Amino acid sequence: MSEQTTLPTPVLQGRGLVKRYGSVTALDGADFELYPGEILAVIGDNGAGKSSLIKVLSGAVVPDEGELWLDGKPVHFKSPIDARRQGIETVYQDLAMAPALDIATNIFMGRELKRAGILGSVFRMLDKKRMLNDASTAMQDLKIGIRSMRQSVETLSGGQRQGVAVARSAAFARHVIILDEPTAALGVKESGMVLDLIRRIKERGLPVILISHNMPHVFDVADRVHIQRLGKRIAVIKPSNFSMSDAVAIMTGAMAGEEVKDK
Amino acid sequence: MSKVITDKQTGAGFSNQARRFLAGTFSLSTLGPLAALLLAGAFFATQSPRFLTGTNLSLVVQQVMVVGTLAVGQTLIILTAGIDLSNGAVMALGTIVMTKFAVDVGLNPYLAILGGLIVCGAFGFLNGTLVTSLKLPPFIVTLGTLNIAFALTHIYSSEQTIQNLPSELTFFDNTFKIGETSVTFGSVLMIIIFFVTWFVLQQTAVGRHIYALGNNPEAARLNGINTRRLLVIIYTVAGVIYGIAGLLLVARTSVGDPQAGQTDNLDSITAVVLGGTSLFGGRGSVIGTLVGALIVGIFRNGLQLMGVASIYQVLITGVLVILAVTVDQLARRRQK
Repeated sequence: MSEQTTLPTPVLQGRGLVKRYGSVTALDGADFELYPGEILAVIGDNGAGKSSLIKVLSGAVVPDEGELWLDGKPVHFKSPIDARRQGIETVYQDLAMAPALDIATNIFMGRELKRAGILGSVFRMLDKKRMLNDASTAMQDLKIGIRSMRQSVETLSGGQRQGVAVARSAAFARHVIILDEPTAALGVKESGMVLDLIRRIKERGLPVILISHNMPHVFDVADRVHIQRLGKRIAVIKPSNFSMSDAVAIMTGAMAGEEVKDK
Repeated sequence: MSKVITDKQTGAGFSNQARRFLAGTFSLSTLGPLAALLLAGAFFATQSPRFLTGTNLSLVVQQVMVVGTLAVGQTLIILTAGIDLSNGAVMALGTIVMTKFAVDVGLNPYLAILGGLIVCGAFGFLNGTLVTSLKLPPFIVTLGTLNIAFALTHIYSSEQTIQNLPSELTFFDNTFKIGETSVTFGSVLMIIIFFVTWFVLQQTAVGRHIYALGNNPEAARLNGINTRRLLVIIYTVAGVIYGIAGLLLVARTSVGDPQAGQTDNLDSITAVVLGGTSLFGGRGSVIGTLVGALIVGIFRNGLQLMGVASIYQVLITGVLVILAVTVDQLARRRQK
């Protein structure tokens, strides 16, 4: 973690991001960097512009001002689908799953595989076998133990559902995975499972943006913590150099962000 | 907890493959209606020796042909958590357009049929566009188009029944023989429509998208499915299917009747519900709808053979619907 003396090109970078909703300025010139292979947590009080920032990064919201770069190239996302095509996958807080459908179908929702030959090209037949196998592989890659990909998602526990959503994103993401409050609805044990998942994604080389309210979880997995306050990035800290109460103090303005910027 | 275990035990009797086949073709919610259909069939077979004859069963299929076809379109719409009250009226308008174009306008019969299908498709498109663009509830939209189609039917036909149809319009009433039994081409067409719809729903991406859309529209959208376009397509295709149902109705009755189809909207919903498709969307199957339509047909036919007055058939259909929905709800609660 400390070998980042010369920083590489950020995977995802934002400069001077502004987003206004009527008279409310949700983002007031926020900056953002995500480096290869890291877990970056984004924290901030309610109204700090945390969710607006994430919406800009995932394509759900188009910023009024500011620029975004992906792998050093400027990008302009018009929709989440746009961002997804560029290799940025988002795991939404409500997971965006169809509970009555099975795991494999949910993993491939909107990206179904067709059979080879005329069965696929003329009859548009799905390659169910390959989707089941690939879904199973995606789940095994992250060591999520679910027996059958034919199980409907509604039969799974909250943690398992989160696992399916994360596996789906990990299977398709080429650049970034954004996780929005992945542990918010989970118990202690299941939260631990999900934090392990996040570490495994990092081991596979994909950088992760983790939005969370839960300080212990943030300090447990994050390499760096982006602290958002009043629409701006006020500081970026390393959990190893700061305590949780420091982070909360910066977040609420009790400690000035400038003091910590180069620490 | 103990109930979950019993579920597993009953499942263990099947081989894995057989279970997979059943799950794929009939999904668990369809097995209930199928059992009901078989039980009803067995009951009526003991009550009347004429019931289980090929001629009689062929007649049952002919009797459910129109509502069954309407119910295919209805299933597609209910799977998206919508409902279509207009389908009977749209079908009636389609039959008047077909028959009037062919008889009064003197158009080529095939063009007349095409005209009827286009009018029905246009009504479907209108329904879909109003539901997606103005975000109006399907119940209200189709209640409106029900009245519009009904009025247009009566205005255009001047309340007159259209007779002396060219033979092309009644082609689907022609029969062929399977052994001793005469089967109409219309029955075959209905079965084909069910099969094609089943194939699209179960084996293609569009089918998966329809289920996803009905189950969780926001998830479908976030996963890259163009939900608005898909809805418009579904309503339009359903409209065309209503047109085909109209063609079958014309073949069966040999006239264009402006009074036709007035309770068919509710009958088609009955078939869908009896077939185990959830009115909340995203769950169910079109094969279930075929079973549901056949249940209604078999009850009507069987009771008729037993000499029960036809109003009791309606009464029993009502009881069946409530029973079906109750069983469905109980099964769902048990799952959770």
